[in-house]
Amino acid sequence: MTVAQQIITVAVVVAGTMLTRFLPFVLFPAGKPTPKYIQYLGKVLPPAVFGLLVVYCLKNVSIFEGSRGIPEFISIAAVIVLHVWKRQMLLSIAGGTVLYMVLVQTVF
Amino acid sequence: MTKSTDIKRAFKAAFPYTIPIFAGFWFLGLTYGIYMNVSGFSFLYPMLMSLTIFAGSMEFVTVNMLLGSFNPVQAFVMTLMINARHLFYGISMLEKFRGTGLKKLYLIFGMCDESFSINYTAEIPPDVDKGWFMFFVTLLNQFYWFSGSTLGGIFGSLIHFNTEGLDFVMTAMFVVIFMEQWLKDKRHTSALLGLGVSVLCLLIFGADNFIIPSMAAMLILLTFMRKPIENREEAAES
Repeated sequence: MTVAQQIITVAVVVAGTMLTRFLPFVLFPAGKPTPKYIQYLGKVLPPAVFGLLVVYCLKNVSIFEGSRGIPEFISIAAVIVLHVWKRQMLLSIAGGTVLYMVLVQTVF
Repeated sequence: MTKSTDIKRAFKAAFPYTIPIFAGFWFLGLTYGIYMNVSGFSFLYPMLMSLTIFAGSMEFVTVNMLLGSFNPVQAFVMTLMINARHLFYGISMLEKFRGTGLKKLYLIFGMCDESFSINYTAEIPPDVDKGWFMFFVTLLNQFYWFSGSTLGGIFGSLIHFNTEGLDFVMTAMFVVIFMEQWLKDKRHTSALLGLGVSVLCLLIFGADNFIIPSMAAMLILLTFMRKPIENREEAAES
């Protein structure tokens, strides 16, 4: 690829990304009332999307190979327990991550 | 007019929320910069791409595109597929971004997974300007990603330390965000549906192709369930 072709490729990726981010705001501008159906989606989609993002992070974990997802399972359980117990976002995240690092570096 | 003390207060409120992102983005950003470096690109590439694209997974894919043959149409279609989830973020943020003035443009531009998740779930204190709060969350996140990927691009293969497993910080953060939403909601239909549909689609379509089917299935199921869900909410409110 020439530099010009590289610039075009990156520009196309930028344009595509911006399209996915701006489109809802262009279709449903703040000045006009948002359709009830879209308002409903705006309320019910986030919990489902957060579920999708958790699964997305774990998409390459195989339960049949390697460590079989055991370190992931233990660390996520730790995050959940820590969070229910203390409800401190940073503590839950740091605790789970440190545990996971110890597990994959020393045990598995 | 927003006073400078209001802006400072918003920064102070926003910063703690972004600390896990700092860890995650530096790790991933460095990895990305190193990846570009060893693929033969100058640090200017990760630097400029982190400023303009600012969508982590997409930037990794773009490296492969730049290494392949020139095909802008395919690049465009792939971008839409990988980033289609932003459409859901936008629909969810229509109300929250209202009244944030010109900052709204940057809030939309910088709405990556992490900025969206924090801005949607964070309980912004009433004395903090929500526009500036969300602005700083987005700006700090982009700064972490930008600095990490640029440093990775400059120092590349010089970096050796045992960071194996640090990327789990992103998983842990999304688990916490999922839980925060769960603890806030009275009903968990949507959360369970999101988890179930995603796992099912992952098993059927595989790791590289499950996002779009998951989104489509969620949209269809939630549309069919609108009546019962809304009726239940009205019953709960009255």
